[in-house]
Formats: sequence, structure tokens, C-alpha cells
Amino acid sequence: MSTASPVIERGTAASRIAGLGVAAIIVLLAVAPQFLSAGAVDRMTALFIYVILAAMWNALAGYGGLVSVGQQVFFGLGAYFAIRLANAGLNPFVSLFVAAVIVGAVSWPISLFMLRLKNGEFAIGMWVIAALAHLLVNLDRLIQGETGTSLISLNVYDASTRRLTIYWLALASMTALLAVLFGLLRGSTGAAIRAIRDNEDAAASVGVRVTGTKRLLFVLAAFGIGIAGALWLASATTFQPKTYFSVQWTAYMIFMVLVGGIGTFEGAILGALLFFLIETWFGGTGVWYLIGLGATALAFSLLLPRGLWGTVEERFGWRLLSVGYRVRLASGTAGPTGETALPASITTHREKA
Amino acid sequence: MNAMPNGAILSATGIHKRFGALVVLDDIDFAMGAEEAVGIVGPNGAGKTTLLSVLSGAYPPSAGTVAFKGGDVTALPATQRCRLGLVRTHQVPKPFGGMTAFENVFVAASHGAGLSRDEAYEEALGSLKLCGVLGVANRRAETLGLLDRKRLELARALAAKPTLLLLDEIGGGLTDGEAGELVETIRELRRRRIAIVWIEHIVHILLQVAERLICMDAGKIIADGEPQAVMADPQVISAYLGGGPK
Repeated sequence: MSTASPVIERGTAASRIAGLGVAAIIVLLAVAPQFLSAGAVDRMTALFIYVILAAMWNALAGYGGLVSVGQQVFFGLGAYFAIRLANAGLNPFVSLFVAAVIVGAVSWPISLFMLRLKNGEFAIGMWVIAALAHLLVNLDRLIQGETGTSLISLNVYDASTRRLTIYWLALASMTALLAVLFGLLRGSTGAAIRAIRDNEDAAASVGVRVTGTKRLLFVLAAFGIGIAGALWLASATTFQPKTYFSVQWTAYMIFMVLVGGIGTFEGAILGALLFFLIETWFGGTGVWYLIGLGATALAFSLLLPRGLWGTVEERFGWRLLSVGYRVRLASGTAGPTGETALPASITTHREKA
Repeated sequence: MNAMPNGAILSATGIHKRFGALVVLDDIDFAMGAEEAVGIVGPNGAGKTTLLSVLSGAYPPSAGTVAFKGGDVTALPATQRCRLGLVRTHQVPKPFGGMTAFENVFVAASHGAGLSRDEAYEEALGSLKLCGVLGVANRRAETLGLLDRKRLELARALAAKPTLLLLDEIGGGLTDGEAGELVETIRELRRRRIAIVWIEHIVHILLQVAERLICMDAGKIIADGEPQAVMADPQVISAYLGGGPK
């Protein structure tokens, strides 16, 4: 091509600064337990788990168009397999991650028939799978039905070691999963994922492997949510099936993603943070807390349907952790507006849900 | 697979397509050579778009076989046919609405044509430029008007690097000036040795590019040959004017 060929930009100055900012925050979080109370360390662990849940549901629904209300199945199975593995004598911390790998492996055959379903059928079908998995887990004698059991092998560690180890494992898991997800969504597979979300037939007609790509995303989300469930088990130690297989987990994921901004990478993280703050401040108020969550969700869907980050992105053109592409036309081949860089304002409409 | 006629790139044999009791394609036989440009005309409901969908793999025929580049592709889904070089556009453009125009085309270049990142960038930009939509590269496809959506539809198909391009009414609703640009674009594709099947109602545009014309009516091919001869065929005139018994 000629010397005046356009250039493809993946990031902006702001996104490079944001990348450094994210790295700095992670380093700060890694040393934070030195300065935090035991209770605060536990709360932060919960936050990391919320971020994982929100990011995974957002990847599935916001980028892949796969809206599921049954993701608690992988949360519950992550915890269950961890209990089983630890009971079989595996180190409890190792069990958490092996359990997540098993969850990923289990999600593969589930995807074979679930991904044949579309839209609402898929959403509700996943809920059915979750209810089914819940019942099957209840049949395991080790679990003792709804009485449940606990990850007793963690008791060999003293409380402080346990707390810190789980904190760092949760932080490391969150960081690694976000990095993998970002890498995936930013690459050509990510473009295929968004294409499938927008029009599956058209995606197939330009050579995108529709089912295989969806399956990859489905299994990754199952794996990530499996880690989240196993980490939750490690920090709570008790396992009661109805707690882990409760649809509330998916309701939380949906809340975080919708409030934060569906289909934006920043939005899921922001939504998790907001949910965490609401829970921290109002979680003790019982039923009013749930009413408040519901009212917040309602207010957002009516007033800010794009969520916090979606609105910010549209209004100010901010792109911090962007997975998109922008074309900068070289001078001499300016666009019809006469500008060499095309205006940002028209590129920042919301990702379609 | 039997050897195909020398130089033939696509052949469809005994194609039937039924939707329930409705017969849309009724025993179609069609073959074309590499680098050939074939126009398809016919009244609404003749089965033109359905034929394109069967050829591109959007859905399977009820009976019959499709062969492309010497291999039987009847059982291959659209994704695989696209990767082999058999690419279509849609009559109603199907853009990836939440993605920018560039991203739309990039998907085709990296997945359909299987290009590496930098090659895909170049191919995508080249396709946008050729189709006159480079200026809206950063616009979300859902914000584009119909004309730009049609151009984007063509650009996206091109970025998949077809050897045979199936075009479905990309000229509808164009002004004379826009139609002239489109003809120039298609001529450029022919210079790139891309074979073309083009369904179009606006016959005078079609005749500027097509060296062979097929007329369909009621799921059958009723005329096939040199464009002027086909247009003068009594059966074709009858199909269009709806007159007389067949």
C-alpha cells in the first residue's frame, strides 16, 4: 500500500495509562493485607470473587450474546468438586483449582446440547441444568443433603495463614482470569465473538466458526465461575448445596453487569465494585438491602440502560480497557468530515447487549 | 467426486428445495466457469435468493449436490464454504451492528480469509476503500444508512477473499451515480479474477458486467445464455409480464 495508508490503533494514551494503573492497583492489593484488618481481608476476598463472576457473565452475555440465568451451576460445582477432591486427600488449596478444571471439563458436554438453544431457551435451559446439578449433588452421601458439609481439611492451617492464602489466591485468580479474558476478547477470536453476538448467520457467512467459538467462551466462563465457587467455599468453609446452587448468584452477576455497563470490560469491574459497596454498607439491613438492590437495578434499567461505564464511554469517549479497533486515516486520505482521525464521539455508542 | 468440466468452479446438480409443501427450487442444474460473471434475473418468488442460500451453505438442499472447486460441498456449512472461497452477500444487509465498519470487515479477513493480523488489517482496509466506506471505518455499523450498509456488506464479503462471490441485489435503490460506482467496483473484482454470480432486478446494471444471464421463474431455470438473447426469450418476457400459459 502507499505511504498514506491508514493505521490501526488498538489503544489510546488513556488506555496505556489505565494499563499501568491496573498493574499498580494489583501490586497495591497484593501488599494490602499488611494494612488491613482480618475482616477487611475477608471482604476484599469477596470483592475479587464478585469481579470474577461479573467479568465472566459479561463475557458470556455482553460480548457473546449468551444470556444465562443458570451460571450458579458452575459456582456450585466448583465448590462441590473442591469438597470432593479435598475429601479424597488432595491439598485443599490445590483442590480449588483442580475443581475448576473439572468444572470446565464438565461444561464441555453441557455445551454440546445447551448451545443448540437460542436466547430465552438457552437462558432458562441453563437454569434447569443448575437445578438438576443441585439435585444430583444432594444425592452424594458426603454432602448429607441440605445439611451440607465443610472443607475440614483447611483446618490444618491456622486462621491467619488460611485467610491470607485465600486472599492471594483470589487476587491471583481474578488477575489471571481478567488477563486471559482481555487477551481473548482483544484478539481476532474476540472480534468473532462479538460478530456472533450481533448476527450469527452473517458471522458464519464470513467464515467464523460459530459453535466452536461459543463453546470456547462457554467453557472459559464455566471455568472462571468454577474458580469463584471454589474460592467462596474456601473462604466460607461450609458447603450447603442450596446456598451455592442458588439463582441469587446469577442475579448478582446480572446486577453487577447491568449496573456497570454490559459489553464493556470496565463496566463489569465497576459493577462488581458498586455491588460490593452496597453490600458492605447496607448488607446488614436484611430485607431492605434486597429491596434497595432491586430498586437500584430498576433505576439503572430505566435511567441508565447502558450502565455506568456504558454511559461514561458514550458521553466522554473514554476507552480504558478497550478491545476494539480504530482506524486512523493518514493525511491526504481524510474522511468526508475532513478530519484525519475520525471523531471519537461517533464510535462510542454502547456495545449491543 | 466426478471430475468437473474443465475450468468449472461451481456446479449444482438436481437441486430441489422444499419448505414444507412449498417447492421453491425445482430441479436446478447450474454450472459456471472460473472467472465467469453470471447474472440471475427473475420475478419475485422465483427462488433466486434461495438458490444463493443453497449454494453458499446457509441451508442444505432437499435434494441434489453442490460442488465447488472440484469437491462436493453439499454437506459443508457456510463457514467452511466461505473458507474455501465461496462467499455471499445478503439481500438485506446483515452487519455486525455493535461493531465498527472496520471491525466488521476485519472479522471476515481474519476468519474467512484466514489472514494473520497485519495481513487482515491490510485486506480489511483495502476492501473498505474499494467499496467506498473507508471514511466511515470507525462508525458502528448500526449507525450507518442503508447505502453504506450495502457497501459494507460487499466490503465484508470481499475481505473474506472469495474466488466466487455470490451477490444478492446489492444494486437495489441506487441512484444512477451510485450504480455507476458499483459497476466500477464489480469490474475491479473481475480484474482480480473473482468469479461472480449476481442476482439483480436492475437489469441494465447487470448487463454491464454479466457475460451470461440466467432467468428463473417458479423455482426453475427458464433461460440461460448470452444476456441479450435471454432478455429477448419469449418465456422470459412472459415470466416478467405474467402473461399467458407456460
